[in-house]
Amino acid sequence: MARYLARRLGQAVLVVFGVVALTFVIMRLLPGDPAIAYAGPKASAADLAAARARFGLDAPIPVQLWNYVRDLAAGDLGTSLHTRQPVADDLTLAFPASLELVGAALIFAVAVGLPLGVLAARYKTRFPDFTVRLSSMLAVSVPVFWLALAVRTLFSSVLGWFPVAGEYDAALDSTSPLHVYTNITAVDALFTGNWPMLGSTLHHLVLPALVVAAYPAGVIAQLTRAALIEESAQDHARMARALGFGETAVLTRFSLRPVLNPVLSLIALVFAYSIVNGFLVEAVFNWPGLGRYAADSIRTLDTPAIAGVTLLVALLYVLANLIVDLLQGVVDPRARTR
Amino acid sequence: MIRTSRFDLLARIGAAVLAAIILAAVVMPLFVPPDDPHPVDALLPPGAGHLFGTDQVGRDVFNRVLYGARTSLTIALAVLVLAALVGVTLGVLAGYSGGWIRDVIMRVTDVFLAFPALLLALALAAVLQPSVTTVIVAIAATWWPWYTRLTASVAASVARRGYVDAARCLGVRTPAIVFRHVLPNSITPVLVQLSLDAGGVILTAAALSYLGLGAQEPAAEWGLMIEQGESLFTTKWWVVTLPGLAILLTAFAFNSLGEGLRAALDPRRLTR
Repeated sequence: MARYLARRLGQAVLVVFGVVALTFVIMRLLPGDPAIAYAGPKASAADLAAARARFGLDAPIPVQLWNYVRDLAAGDLGTSLHTRQPVADDLTLAFPASLELVGAALIFAVAVGLPLGVLAARYKTRFPDFTVRLSSMLAVSVPVFWLALAVRTLFSSVLGWFPVAGEYDAALDSTSPLHVYTNITAVDALFTGNWPMLGSTLHHLVLPALVVAAYPAGVIAQLTRAALIEESAQDHARMARALGFGETAVLTRFSLRPVLNPVLSLIALVFAYSIVNGFLVEAVFNWPGLGRYAADSIRTLDTPAIAGVTLLVALLYVLANLIVDLLQGVVDPRARTR
Repeated sequence: MIRTSRFDLLARIGAAVLAAIILAAVVMPLFVPPDDPHPVDALLPPGAGHLFGTDQVGRDVFNRVLYGARTSLTIALAVLVLAALVGVTLGVLAGYSGGWIRDVIMRVTDVFLAFPALLLALALAAVLQPSVTTVIVAIAATWWPWYTRLTASVAASVARRGYVDAARCLGVRTPAIVFRHVLPNSITPVLVQLSLDAGGVILTAAALSYLGLGAQEPAAEWGLMIEQGESLFTTKWWVVTLPGLAILLTAFAFNSLGEGLRAALDPRRLTR
């Protein structure tokens, strides 16, 4: 186990270095010259040179890469050109909002996808199975930005059941201001007992979270179904059947446990994907998360900010993969030799 | 070894829908020219003259959805061909040669796989000028590592088979072994994966266009049509709803067909 752990961690560190280097390359390829963006379009040649020196852009590329890595190690992601704040500070504000959205979406996706997967496996090749397979296939095929637009139009604009945009009612900032601890509004509101704020946040959260949940709910249902069908053909399931357990009991009491392992791995993997899918949903619902920040950064060619978001999401992905592999290694000794 | 009896209902529906879409994308434009703007007829609701209604500048939405199918299928085809060429080449190289070559290639793919496709495509599309070509390049650049991984693992097992050793003993040169034995025997899982991935490519391309990083006016592209009609959704639903449904149906068709293919070609199922 120790050797597996060391090898897997070593691999992760290598990948992180690669991710940093690739982010640096993309950043250098970005068209906007950060010096021009900083100094303004009417800056003189001397001002430009000063701005270049300030950002270290006059140094040779390898030196710039080294400086970049050194700054990253100190938690310095540079200064955003459009907010004029340190990118690290911007991200600590934006990321919790994305986490709130994707967290709520994944909870919903598991709550819906897992039972549907079980239902489909129980009535394999019959009508409920076909319905689940059809709807989960539609859920993974729907363009998320279009679904967000359609849901917003129907439930907010036309029916008026839910708010159109934002994370909570802005008026609450004065009537019941939030004490910020984690920056995840719903969590902070819950733990400080700020009920009006919690209610407003949850009310704003429902639609975007449902839209983000579509894809994970679909893949969770598909995987649960496939894994359960495979598992219920195993000898231990046949044994249970021979002992007189009904089909539903065989599935839920004997086959479901081993299936939860791959489903958990899938959730970790789908997490990073959902963060990026959430970008499009955030844009539609004006959710103050990473997606809106990334969209603003791309529009203003804000190189350090784009690099910061890219790096953060890529690192999340590496971390999610690492956790999955380590958990698999703990649970299943065969995985260690792979 | 695809017997139709192994194809379930969902896969058949997928195949039928896909056939209709391909037919519409390839054949229909031969008879119907792309519609020009007629500002007088702007935003007409669906009806007799215009099956899907007309858009902001009076172009027939049905006509544009048809031409959009052409754009989407072209993008999907180009991305998958590019990604598969790069991915399979590197995968066969890694799987057949093993050793440090394999390690280097696999670590590079790990790095690329750490960037979710839409994210890396976003960053790349911001570097390049917005266009259909940009979308193709950006998505292909994020898609190839999957095929490298897949091919490498299959090629590694193929390379250890007896017939490959036999060929080597007979003095067959390495390129011939790779092209005549390893490649043909490693390609099937890639082909299945390609049909599964086409839906994902179409969704990613539509998202990039929706964000303004892909096809530009006056091109007919579904994501772009949704972006342009966004503010009209409440009052003129057909401008946004129909292109969205077109993306959904196309992605659904590829995904269901891909699932069906995978199930039909799954060796474990054949023996059962």
